[in-house]
Amino acid sequence: MSMGSDMYRQQILDHYRNPRNQGELPEPTFSHEGYNPSCGDELEFDVELRDDGETIERVAFRGEGCAISQASASMLSEKLPGMTLDEVDELDRDDVLDMLGVEVTPMRIKCAVLSEKVVQDGAEIYAGEADEVDQTTTED
Amino acid sequence: MEATEQAPLDVEAIRADFPILEREVADGRDLVYLDNAATSQTPDQVVDAIADYYRRYNSNVHRGLHELSQEASVAYEDAHDKLAEFVGGEDREEMVFTKNTTEAENLVAFAWGLNELGPGDEVVLTQMEHHASLVTWQQVAEKTGAEVKYIPITDEGYLDMDAAAEMITEDTQLVNVVHVSNTLGTVNPVGDLADIAHDHDAFIFVDGAQAAPTRPVDVQEIDADFYAFSGHKMLGPTGIGCLYGKRHLLEAMEPYLYGGMMIKKVTYEDSTWNDLPWKFEAGTPVIAQGVALAEAVDYIEDVGMEAIQAHEEELTEYAYDRLTETGDVDVYGPPGDDRGAVVSFNVDGIHAHDLSSILNDYGVAIRAGDHCTQPLHDTLGVAASARASFYLYNTREEVDALVDAVDEARDIFA
Repeated sequence: MSMGSDMYRQQILDHYRNPRNQGELPEPTFSHEGYNPSCGDELEFDVELRDDGETIERVAFRGEGCAISQASASMLSEKLPGMTLDEVDELDRDDVLDMLGVEVTPMRIKCAVLSEKVVQDGAEIYAGEADEVDQTTTED
Repeated sequence: MEATEQAPLDVEAIRADFPILEREVADGRDLVYLDNAATSQTPDQVVDAIADYYRRYNSNVHRGLHELSQEASVAYEDAHDKLAEFVGGEDREEMVFTKNTTEAENLVAFAWGLNELGPGDEVVLTQMEHHASLVTWQQVAEKTGAEVKYIPITDEGYLDMDAAAEMITEDTQLVNVVHVSNTLGTVNPVGDLADIAHDHDAFIFVDGAQAAPTRPVDVQEIDADFYAFSGHKMLGPTGIGCLYGKRHLLEAMEPYLYGGMMIKKVTYEDSTWNDLPWKFEAGTPVIAQGVALAEAVDYIEDVGMEAIQAHEEELTEYAYDRLTETGDVDVYGPPGDDRGAVVSFNVDGIHAHDLSSILNDYGVAIRAGDHCTQPLHDTLGVAASARASFYLYNTREEVDALVDAVDEARDIFA
């Protein structure tokens, strides 16, 4: 089997059908949303930090879109708690692809990395390291 | 299938002219190419015409007095005649070669719209317009103070012609309508819209990108003021589009691009413009593409446009029926027996991009996304759709391959 269907392994489909941490947090430290114009994927993440102001306590997300983008958000939501914002900042494309555990075809990379970009941009804006933007897009 | 249902096309012989259809994709699967509304494949005859041009008489046109330049010039000029005639225009003076349909839209927007429109003027589009016209006239409106209006669509995906009759008024300067919708497949009553526009002294620009490749077009019968289409969607090369315009309108319009070839007399102070259509073709034009597109027209005319249309309509209806037989597929637009050769759809629970990725594994090439009609997709209430589109070389077996691959996707997502 070639690459495309390989993307739809059980783990991806499971997270797509039963997204973890879907919903809203009652008191998020910050929230941020993003959009992937190539697929029309949308994601919004709520992040709550611990009292130290830098470690993620929990996250929740809401979204619509293709299986890759939504599964990626669900899996990232499980990975984030316990990470510091500095560690989040260091995440890159390869970390996301490792997390997904499938080979993502070149045309679908943007779907895969949307969740990571949304959380990173939200964290940067919260930390005052980036200008306020309403929405992250994968075209930036 | 009964013999009487067979369209009179020798599809097997046609496919032999398209070697690309023989290739394998996705680790050994036969290619099933159903993305023709995006771009069509190119027959050997057209590829040979390009190669012949470069091998035998590649030269710049209208400048050199040498033999190669003469041959290239004559072939390039004749291509204009051929394309003008293809859509029912009178002669080359009414046929401008552009880069694509989008550039044809921009040519009229810049050369006419920016100069003629102002506050109080209206440009009437449709909700099913392609970004090529929609974005372009939005920008013209922003720069001139004119207003853009959109004729709504009905639940079935037809234009609401009652609304059209009310929206096109004395304030309307231009109606821009897609002849065949690239998303819904709707075949719009462009002749009726031309009548309404002309009753109010407005012009009509018909976007024929999906129509010119797939059905006989007669701009005089439509009474279109402008009619645009793209070479690469009708067996021709990329890089060339066509703008038909009524002679008196093109004569009155300012140039769009300035430079060489579009001039007659140049001094340090001022310049005068060349005759039609060269006034609108600044710089070295699309010579190889023009010659090759003329060859594509020959190919289409040899096969017969009526036969091509009949073949596509049969395939489209078959695809519509097969895709909708399970009940979990939404197909957008008019019924299967009343549409152009595109079928845009969504399968319950499967995003169009996921579907397209899986179809690709079975060798099936379709388009997935918004097909350059984002506002229309908003109207339909979906972010994206999958789109299969057919041309003269497609077969019922390929439609079956599409339906089978959709089944595989269902199994994966079940």
